[in-house]
Amino acid sequence: MPEPAPTPEPTIEFRHASYIIPANQGRSILNDISFRIAEGEVVSIIGRSGSGKTSLLKLINRIHRHTSGDVLVGGKSVSAWDVIRLRRGIGYVVQETGLFPHLTVRENVCVVPELEQWPKDSSRQRFQEVMALVGLNPNEYAERFPRELSGGQRQRVGVARALAADPRILLMDEPFGALDPITRAELQKVFLDLSRRVSKTIVLVTHDLREALLLGTRAVLLDRGCIAASAAPEEFLKLEQPAVREFIAASELRLGQPA
Amino acid sequence: MTLWYFFATHRHEILAAIEQHLVLVVISMAIAIGISVPLGMVIVSRPHLRALAMALANIFQTIPSLALFGFLIPLPFIGGIGARTAIVALVLYALLPILRNTYVGLTTIDPAVLEAAEAMGMTENQVMFRVRLPLAKSFILAGIRTATVITIGIATIAAAIGAGGLGTFIFRGVAMVSNVVILAGAIPAAILALLADYSLGFVEHRWKVR
Repeated sequence: MPEPAPTPEPTIEFRHASYIIPANQGRSILNDISFRIAEGEVVSIIGRSGSGKTSLLKLINRIHRHTSGDVLVGGKSVSAWDVIRLRRGIGYVVQETGLFPHLTVRENVCVVPELEQWPKDSSRQRFQEVMALVGLNPNEYAERFPRELSGGQRQRVGVARALAADPRILLMDEPFGALDPITRAELQKVFLDLSRRVSKTIVLVTHDLREALLLGTRAVLLDRGCIAASAAPEEFLKLEQPAVREFIAASELRLGQPA
Repeated sequence: MTLWYFFATHRHEILAAIEQHLVLVVISMAIAIGISVPLGMVIVSRPHLRALAMALANIFQTIPSLALFGFLIPLPFIGGIGARTAIVALVLYALLPILRNTYVGLTTIDPAVLEAAEAMGMTENQVMFRVRLPLAKSFILAGIRTATVITIGIATIAAAIGAGGLGTFIFRGVAMVSNVVILAGAIPAAILALLADYSLGFVEHRWKVR
């Protein structure tokens, strides 16, 4: 590998961060968000649609810019980061996978190593490793195109791609949202296994309470752009705040059918 | 005089006209592609320039072709009689289909794919050359295909300003009131257009990735 470029320390901190879209009549998406994510934490962000979960995630890798307050990654404001360096040090997985349709699985997975100009051998070896991590046979899938894969396989490739350059922070936006219940449970298992093994700071957005509590070491509930609660999974269900009770009640209504 | 007899006795002249015709089309297309594709890439992120470029290309398209050839004759440098003027006119006609398809191809990409590219730390240029352009290439080729077929047709009118090509027979046939002579120009032109359409369509299909 070439000389290690500066990658973010895996801590994230929101300091009174707000995000307002001026074009949208100044609609406030996130309001005065303050919390800290320590190295190695797996934080599940939950909340109903429109609560600002995805926006919160996108403030971290500067896809969106916070409008006031500050967002720090590795102790440094995201505004002060070279945005390319910041993003290459953060893995990103979305529900729609965003795999490049014109590239093979191998080329998709090795995009960031290739952008970072790793030697061919290193990126080939890394491909083998990350594919094994997500439970896909590297040799079988290397030359396939995304359209030739099932939804679950695509999502695994998406996770492998996010892990390829070995970032210390991983952002995941509803990564298992579009999958059938069985594939979903399978991938949740892969995730748990992986998050124990690779020791990364992970921020996971989901609207599924069970998934949040199962996968996270902490759950943060967003309600209309504000943090309504933040607790470890085992304590979360005991919280008394009305917003929490309401969200739990709404989730229980859906119990039995995977939300 | 039958058509076959005319083809047989004038084959050298017809082949020379086909060659002239192809040279006009190939040069015009090369220039039009060289202008439209880069311009299409540039206007993706510049809305003002986009409006201007599209409006201009649209205007060229609306001018009747014979009139456009006429307008160009008195102009210095690009005007006058001959192939050069014809090429200028053909380029102007070919701009719009290529420009529009390039722009549409580059901008109708799955937002999740573009966001992934951005989130992975690609620079704007990397997003353009590694993601947008490869995903747009079958669209761009479709535009080139349309433009080529149009250009082969319009190039027959170039004979009116002395640029040669298959139009020579058509104008001569009109003057002589001879269907056979008209067809001697029209049939090869039609065959050229069909061949171009088919072969570019074939490549376009193979390039489809989405």
